[in-house]
Amino acid sequence: MNPAVLKQYARRKRSHKIAMVCSFAAAALGLLALAWILATLFAKGFGGLNWAVFSEMTPPPGGEGGLLNPIFGSIVQTVVATLIGTPIGMLAGTFMAEYGRNTKLTMVVRFINDVLLSAPSIVVGLFVYEIMVRPMGHFSAWAGSVALAILVLPVVVRTTEDMLLLVPDSLREAASALGAPRWMVIQQICYRAARAGLITGILLAIARISGETAPLLFTSLNNQFWSTDMNAPMANLPVVIFQFALSPYEDWQRLAWVGALIITLAVLSLNIAARALSAQRASDR
Amino acid sequence: MNDLESKTVSAMQERPNVDLTKTVITDDTKVETPAEKISIRNLNFYYGENRALNSISLPLFDRRVTAFIGPSGCGKSTLLRILNRMYDLYPGQRAEGEVLLDGQNILAPGTDLNMLRARVGMVFQKPTPFPMSIYDNIAYGIRLYEKLPKSEMNDRVEDALKRTALWDEVKDKLNASGLGLSGGQQQRLCIARSVAVRPSVLLLDEPTSALDPISTAKIEELIYQLKTDYTIAIVTHNMQQAARASDFSAFMYLGDLVEYGTTDQLFTKPRETRTEDYITGRFG
Repeated sequence: MNPAVLKQYARRKRSHKIAMVCSFAAAALGLLALAWILATLFAKGFGGLNWAVFSEMTPPPGGEGGLLNPIFGSIVQTVVATLIGTPIGMLAGTFMAEYGRNTKLTMVVRFINDVLLSAPSIVVGLFVYEIMVRPMGHFSAWAGSVALAILVLPVVVRTTEDMLLLVPDSLREAASALGAPRWMVIQQICYRAARAGLITGILLAIARISGETAPLLFTSLNNQFWSTDMNAPMANLPVVIFQFALSPYEDWQRLAWVGALIITLAVLSLNIAARALSAQRASDR
Repeated sequence: MNDLESKTVSAMQERPNVDLTKTVITDDTKVETPAEKISIRNLNFYYGENRALNSISLPLFDRRVTAFIGPSGCGKSTLLRILNRMYDLYPGQRAEGEVLLDGQNILAPGTDLNMLRARVGMVFQKPTPFPMSIYDNIAYGIRLYEKLPKSEMNDRVEDALKRTALWDEVKDKLNASGLGLSGGQQQRLCIARSVAVRPSVLLLDEPTSALDPISTAKIEELIYQLKTDYTIAIVTHNMQQAARASDFSAFMYLGDLVEYGTTDQLFTKPRETRTEDYITGRFG
């Protein structure tokens, strides 16, 4: 073969190798960071995991106790936030993908939604502080849930729209061709075809809010005691971790590590569940 | 209806070979004299500003198969999608003229589209099974307009699957997903789904273009059997298929109806050179 071509080919092979090494290194670096975080969490938090963590309230410094009230508070506020944010988000996403496709309104909503998607969560916390906490005169679990719902909303809007747009128009036409009205086509065919994707989006939204601290600092604040009153401040894991980790007391710091481990494992399992669902969706096709 | 119009209509009913445009309808149609299930009259269609059909007029005879043939972009699928007003799903598309189904203009404002589509079923180029079980795929359309007890529903599903020669292949897995079937089976499932609703007209938009020859043969056989009960319009790129499966054929080119006649006449002694060139493969 022509030596110039051979030389060019050798150079191409060399650049291929360099690019491959670089991308491997980048991938390894990312994985290393994740492994490091998990290893540290397990090392510092796993020893503290015991039944008391799930059965006792947060202790005063030096006392015995667990994380029952913040675990409960986190679950309650996450669930309420999801219940508020998901229906609104799904309806908005449905409008954008089904009824208002290519309309001006949809483009405006999509743009604003993208802004909201990347809005700093502390801004959301301050916003809810202004519209709820100040008029009501006190911190409350409702305010915390609303702040989290505002974070759920754009994620659900986005995934709902994207997933519905992935449903082929031929399926809509096929259902319409049988005489199904539009709303039934959406509800019975489109949602069903996009189900795994829609659930994945909701799970990812839950995963996102379950670790949020900033919006809760201004809204539900914290509570040292057991409380199920949505109108009162409520404990939650991220704020407790924040508070305990900054404290000078060693037993508090230990509990903060345990809390961090619990949140991480919860988010990790949500992500794995989302992953499994997407894989199922891929095999459905 | 004013006097003049009613005269025109009765004139056309007396002489189905009346020259509506430049289209020639042969005398053969007179011999069979089936009823006109659908009458398309001076139909124009627009995608936004673009005119896609130019003043099309032709009949679809009751319980006969009419094939629309022509090169890509000639408007044959567009024409088919007007017959159940599928185009209404998309903004910016509009039709002018008249399409009479059993004497009623389906293009008239106020037509109930869902009811229309329950009467005029459609099968698409790519199989489109719903993401549900085989049973539910068939039952879905029935449930839209009829509330049946379980046993009757079972009968209807079985009947639809038998008509499409799918029953023996799927009777043991009715609860399995429709997406798990082969392409040919999926397409027959889609035909069964349309048939189950008991429409009177069936529109087939290139129903075999994504299928292998064996599945194609099965579907052609199916078309032959279905025409005892249904008026069928089929769009196809396959000349042999049009010749084998249809009674009447319409050759379209660039939005015009060039020639319409019985399939025998159109394929053996076409009047227009453009038709002859197309069916012999000289262009298109």
